[in-house]
Amino acid sequence: MKDLFLVAIVVMFFLVIFQIAKASEYVSILKGEEKTRKQSNKINAFLMLVFLVLGLFGAWYCNELYYGKTLFPQGSGSVEGEEIDTMLLVTIAICGVVFFITQILLFWFAYKYQERDNQKAYFYPHNNKLEIIWTTIPAITLTILIVFGLKFWFKITGDPPADALMVEITGHQFGWDIRYAGKDNIFGKKHFKLYNNPAGNSLGVDFSDPESHDDIRTTEMHLPVNRPVKLIIHSQDVIHDVGLPHFRMKMDAVPGIPTTLWFTPQYTTAQMRERTGNPNFVYEIACDQMCGKGHFSMRGVIVVETEEEYNAWMAKQKPEYANLFQVEEAPAPATEPAVADSTQPAPIAQVVNP
Amino acid sequence: MSSVVSIHESGTHHAHDADHGHHHETFISKYVFSMDHKTISKQFLITGIFWAFVGGLFSVIFRLQLGFPEASFPILEDLLGKWAPGGKLSPDFYYALVTMHGTILVFFVLTAGLSGTFSNFLIPLQVGARDMASPLLNMLSYWFFFVASIILLSSLFVQTGPASGGWTVYPPLSALGEASEGSKIGMDLWLTSMALFIISQLLAGLNYISTILNMRTKGMTMTRMPLTIWGLFFTAVLGVLSFPVLLSGAVLLLFDRNLETSFFLSDIVVAGKILPHEGGSAILFQHLFWFLGHPEVYIIILPAMGMASEIISVNSRKPIFGYMAMVASMFAITVLAFLVWAHHMFVTGLNPFLGAVFVLLTLLIAVPSAIKVFNWLTTIWRGNIRFTPGMISSIGFVSLFISGGLTGIFLGNAALDIHLHDTYFVIAHFHIVMGVSAFFGMFAGIYHWFPKMYGRFMNDTLAYIHIWVTLIGAYLIFWPMHYTGLSGMPRRYYDYSGWESFKMFDGLNAFISIVVIVVFAAQILFIFNFFYSIFKGRKVKDPNPWKATTLEWTTPINPGHGNWPGEIPEVHRWPYDYGKDGKDFIPQTTPVGADESKDH
Repeated sequence: MKDLFLVAIVVMFFLVIFQIAKASEYVSILKGEEKTRKQSNKINAFLMLVFLVLGLFGAWYCNELYYGKTLFPQGSGSVEGEEIDTMLLVTIAICGVVFFITQILLFWFAYKYQERDNQKAYFYPHNNKLEIIWTTIPAITLTILIVFGLKFWFKITGDPPADALMVEITGHQFGWDIRYAGKDNIFGKKHFKLYNNPAGNSLGVDFSDPESHDDIRTTEMHLPVNRPVKLIIHSQDVIHDVGLPHFRMKMDAVPGIPTTLWFTPQYTTAQMRERTGNPNFVYEIACDQMCGKGHFSMRGVIVVETEEEYNAWMAKQKPEYANLFQVEEAPAPATEPAVADSTQPAPIAQVVNP
Repeated sequence: MSSVVSIHESGTHHAHDADHGHHHETFISKYVFSMDHKTISKQFLITGIFWAFVGGLFSVIFRLQLGFPEASFPILEDLLGKWAPGGKLSPDFYYALVTMHGTILVFFVLTAGLSGTFSNFLIPLQVGARDMASPLLNMLSYWFFFVASIILLSSLFVQTGPASGGWTVYPPLSALGEASEGSKIGMDLWLTSMALFIISQLLAGLNYISTILNMRTKGMTMTRMPLTIWGLFFTAVLGVLSFPVLLSGAVLLLFDRNLETSFFLSDIVVAGKILPHEGGSAILFQHLFWFLGHPEVYIIILPAMGMASEIISVNSRKPIFGYMAMVASMFAITVLAFLVWAHHMFVTGLNPFLGAVFVLLTLLIAVPSAIKVFNWLTTIWRGNIRFTPGMISSIGFVSLFISGGLTGIFLGNAALDIHLHDTYFVIAHFHIVMGVSAFFGMFAGIYHWFPKMYGRFMNDTLAYIHIWVTLIGAYLIFWPMHYTGLSGMPRRYYDYSGWESFKMFDGLNAFISIVVIVVFAAQILFIFNFFYSIFKGRKVKDPNPWKATTLEWTTPINPGHGNWPGEIPEVHRWPYDYGKDGKDFIPQTTPVGADESKDH
């Protein structure tokens, strides 16, 4: 009944608009088509001005509402991301100037040069000087943006510092697996044909390779603050993407083609909670490449902590090899006190693998 | 080939071909299997409008989910059954709708519906030809498109649902049925439909190019062609050179899916199963896809640019400013369009040096785009502007093109793309610059040439309501998305409520969804206006209602097959003599007077 009522209202609404439109045609016949046309021309010219004014107001109002919710006020979580933020602000400034000038001219001209009885259009087919001016100015501006953009691009995609911590992250439908290289700092080999989930080897690690024996596998990524980290990115099934909005970083995970990305976290999770004023803040890994029906729930968490906290956490981790094959390891040097809070990921709608 | 056409109104001027000439056109030969370019154009247009309605409706449905993720809409369960259990869209079907929305609007509406309609309609009429170079291929082009449409439509009704891997159909997701329900039979149907669609585009494109190059009337030199024709010409060139590459990608993907080849597949464990594929590259498909995919956005926007240029000039009663610069910039865009595809792939692990080359070439496109914008602004400067529905749509087009074009400068710069890639910033960018903006070009074209198509006018009041609501709505929908994008909010998510970083935008998402419904209602108004006016619109009395200079307005109000009853008129001047020497306009068919000023 409620639906029917709703449909009736919508139909009524359309009918009213249609009747108005119909009536306007009859009126125009009565009043004379030319006269009606001129009247509607005036109205539309005025609407151009209204649209411009309301549009400018709307742009300002939207900024008031949402600037505070963007990532700018809290700052970039990574050192490298600060350069991206600077670059973004410069680009916004330049494009903003062009945007406001061109939009204002467009709607102002439209209003100002509306049809008038005594007005004659000015025959002005071309002017090469003008064309040259507005070819060169954009070209110069763009060159500046390109030069700075490429400088940052080469830095970000270049080699990480030698002391970078290496972390491997593997995407699958729909979650992330993290692997640390352990004490020898070398990852054990993997091959997809060694995948054996029932036996627990869901990454396909080659355990006959002794370098794999101290590798540590976790579901949450812990990183020490202020130390560069290099992610080695794999995918097991379809293309995923390690999206790290707070660090301004992103890289696809492609099956068969490992990729890398590096950055230097500069605020711990705890510091970021203060900066954002959000006690629940966590660094999230968002899958940014459509990967199936659970794409939206493919969430990972990164905990950035002080060097001491990180070491204490790492000391508590048991190598995957030891977990799987029940090997007793030499007792770990458990001298550090228990770590402060390890963040629990917020619950999320989980989609079960088909 | 031209002798194949049977031309009734001008029978004395053209010999009937013995095999094909038939004196009484039946309903079927006149309206269904017609070879008249005007009828084929209307077929493209009406099929396009159907698809636009379907594609738009899909966006309304998935916007309901995005705007109100907690709510349930019993009506959805009534309509969609198992795809919306309990009135809540399932993730599988959400992704299917997103994929179909993209596919339909990019290919079926803004490619076939836009350039298919206006290339067919305007090329013969504006260059002064009786029909296309090959009316038969032209007819086939529509019917290939029609079959492609039927196949895509049928994929909506298969058990496992239509393709759901996004309109870019990246493998391995699209290649493996185990990875997604939509990658089962739905994906095979998608690829088949696309293959037929590409054939349709090639038949059409070759025809457009040959007609423009060979069948211009006497005096119609290339530099006397209206900018519409230039836009459609470059569009056809782009399509013919880039669509085959997508075809190769689609065929290889079909092989990977059905014949156990490994073009795009390697090292995959899916749903607990180790697949035998080794040595393929998932990235290869992206290169093949975007080699079409990027030119595709210019295939969409160039016709709109051409039509907007023409309509702005006619209604400002002024020549288009910088005709040669406009042609040159369209040419530059066409060439550059082939050299920028990898800017969609900055974060795939692309070689950084290669990335740098693509940054440079991508941002170069901003130069011809800027030239065009400044030329449009100068064209309306000191004009005497008539705000016909077509003119307001064209101004809307320019405004949207500026807004969406500028954000391209962000995304084309690889360093910024790292942060913005696959976020709502991208959604805002391309929806404004090639979605809504191209739609405004299409609206402009429909409002402006409707009198030529059907001999009637569309209702102005409905048109004004439609355009203003759509323009305001488009900005309300997409402008705030720049902010969510800058916050890193990923696209193609079914629900953001589980994310600490993105859930603060739920109020905004609800607002956007409400605006979407309003804008969709305005499109229904447009569709109603369109069909109502075909039968009941105000009749055109003056053969040249807009007082335009171009050739299509020298035909009778309802031109028959063959377009001109007598000789095809001869052309003596460029198409933009508005306001010259104190005259309101001088048609292209008027010979140049001895005392006329020489400027153009």
